[in-house]
Amino acid sequence: MHFALTDDQRAIRDSVQAFLQEAAGLDRLRSTIEADAGWDAELWHNLAVDMGYAGLMVPEAYGGIGGGAVDMALVLEETGARLAMAPFFETAVLGVQTILGAGTEAQKRSLLPGLADGSTKATLALTGPQGRPAPDGVTAWLRAEEGAWRLSGESCFVPFAHVADLLLVAARAPLSAGPRGISLLALPRDATGLRVERQPGLDPTRPLCRLTFDTVAVAPDQILGRAEEAGPVLERILATAAGLLAAEQTGGAAFCLATTVEYAQQRVQFGRKIASFQAVKHELADMMVAVEAARSAALYAAAAIDTDTDLLEACSAAKSWCSDAYRHCAGETIQLHGGIGFTWEHHAHLYFKRAWSSSAWLGDPAHHRERVARLMGLDDIP
Amino acid sequence: MDDTPELERFRAEAAIWLESQLAGPFRDIRGLNNHVDLIERRRDWEQCLGAAGWSCVGWPAAYGGRDASIAQQVVFAEEYARARAPARIGHIGVELAGPTLLAFGTPAQKKRFLPDIAAGRAIWCQGYSEPNAGSDLANVRTKARRDGERYIIDGQKIWTSMGQIADWCFVLCRTEPGSVGNKGLSFLLVNMHQPGVTVRPIRQMTGESEFSEVFFDGALAEVRDLVGAEGDGWRVAMGLLGFERGVSTLAQQMQFRNELDALIELAKENGKAADPLIRQRLAQAQIGLRIMRFNALRLLANAESGQLSPEGYTYKLYWSTWHRNLGELVMDVAGPAAEIGETAERFPPLTTMFLMSRADTIYAGTNQIQRNIIAERALGLPREARGP
Repeated sequence: MHFALTDDQRAIRDSVQAFLQEAAGLDRLRSTIEADAGWDAELWHNLAVDMGYAGLMVPEAYGGIGGGAVDMALVLEETGARLAMAPFFETAVLGVQTILGAGTEAQKRSLLPGLADGSTKATLALTGPQGRPAPDGVTAWLRAEEGAWRLSGESCFVPFAHVADLLLVAARAPLSAGPRGISLLALPRDATGLRVERQPGLDPTRPLCRLTFDTVAVAPDQILGRAEEAGPVLERILATAAGLLAAEQTGGAAFCLATTVEYAQQRVQFGRKIASFQAVKHELADMMVAVEAARSAALYAAAAIDTDTDLLEACSAAKSWCSDAYRHCAGETIQLHGGIGFTWEHHAHLYFKRAWSSSAWLGDPAHHRERVARLMGLDDIP
Repeated sequence: MDDTPELERFRAEAAIWLESQLAGPFRDIRGLNNHVDLIERRRDWEQCLGAAGWSCVGWPAAYGGRDASIAQQVVFAEEYARARAPARIGHIGVELAGPTLLAFGTPAQKKRFLPDIAAGRAIWCQGYSEPNAGSDLANVRTKARRDGERYIIDGQKIWTSMGQIADWCFVLCRTEPGSVGNKGLSFLLVNMHQPGVTVRPIRQMTGESEFSEVFFDGALAEVRDLVGAEGDGWRVAMGLLGFERGVSTLAQQMQFRNELDALIELAKENGKAADPLIRQRLAQAQIGLRIMRFNALRLLANAESGQLSPEGYTYKLYWSTWHRNLGELVMDVAGPAAEIGETAERFPPLTTMFLMSRADTIYAGTNQIQRNIIAERALGLPREARGP
């Protein structure tokens, strides 16, 4: 019932909004995309180090701010709105949640402070080339050879791995399936036998990489928690991540709506603003319904993460709804801009591509609806 | 989102009272969710609620409420639906007339009308729509002319819920001859029990009659029963629309929850729960309802802190569309069994729900009007041109 934002939460949202409006304009995004580095190092530094938000969800004992998922959702809505091209979600959500969820106390103490202060950029490698959701899709292999752990195989669709310092890798035991036999590893990017190559991605604002593991030696302290037992904890990590990605998607959808409203108020055809045509107004109204529902869904998921009630259902609900909402809004943004919206120069396609890439990532809408179907008891005996 | 201990006590008190009544003297009307069956028993129920102080919990105690906070009102609405208490036949008075009088009424009007509403003694109906004033509500033609201390009313209202049984009606009517649109309208409280009022039920596509036409032929209203100033009726009427998306939305959602739960049970019984496409749609319904709840909680949280709430504009379009989709899912899950009734007018509750859901996207502002409202008021887009 306590659903109003606190003053602190408003302050977080306002600070990120003000900063990104100033620092993360579309022109700058464009030049980052066209440069070779594949990320905006300065933006990362501002957001993660100066403002300290990489450590927003890291407990204070490990050098972070100790905030909750609702706080993070507010930040992600803004980074999503600006397509902030930095491994922020990857580090502050995927990295932090994986180590918090799976790591031992010693691993949390050694790894989290670096993530919290922005000195370590992290990402999470999950699935093989077919891209099936984890845990089924985990295809990197971890096996013990003469008393030592060795990692082989590959992981694909790993965002920002080309700039990450710490690679968190899901791997499975030989002959294992489903959630059984899963291990989570924390490897430095320069580990011997580990190769990172960028994949030519549809979405230029979230670069994807392929990792190949040529019998990489894994030390026991590089295995988060216990080997081959991370399956259950991975489910929860990924649900949390999906629930928070929904906030990023909401930000993107809201930006699409706002810029399309602005355009429709300027563009004149038949001697009137196109915003005065009911066909246009009604589409924009439907976009707003989708965006506001997305915002509710994302906040619902964040609150569920913070209170640990209905976490799996809330996060799946949010990821499926917000994926659909973002895809719809980004698509209609192209449609309502007409020809200009189909050009390379216009920003519409960047949002459209992000909408589809984030929809497919961490479980697509149908995947999450199927999980909701199971959670709502459709398989129970009547 | 957990209850505070105080709220928990309130919840327990409400739940225990509801259960004692609905397992006891009101067993016979438990779960009735239409507004037409066993009307005398339903009146008894309204009066029982009133006597125990559970009829209008958010109202001031002086008028028969219990000064409940918004959180408490939400809790009571949830418990009411959870207990499968019957739909309120007094809802127009409780949710619309009462809040309007609280906001716009004089102290004398509040004293005169509110206690009777809270006590379940007076059933109200809403005199807004007319044959030529549906979506274009400002095109009201029902006239009221002043004659001393009375108004004399002539005209016709339509789609009047509870018109058949109502004791009072709030009527939007034209008091300034020759005025057009939303100017020159007034908001009058009219006694339904008088010779100048004729009520004719409308049979709707469900076979039932929950709506009526109401004819005013020299009907009388007292000048002291004018709410707001003469000519200020549009402002009062529009203020009322805001009350249509308050706490009662959460009670409505509990009703939706009961419907969805019944549908899930049906799907498990008849095997449709194993169909992957049906599973996707049931999950989408579940997700949509969860989001509806959070939409409402955001709305109420913002209302409590006095903030404008943009999602408020989207609420009606969202729920009506969700409910219409649920109705279609009902038919796909139930299959041919949904098509056989007890009689040709009495169908299984879920079938009736399917038919009723086609009204949801029409009344209280059609989906098309809702989209105009969102576009113009929330997004600031140009207003629709009016005809000459």
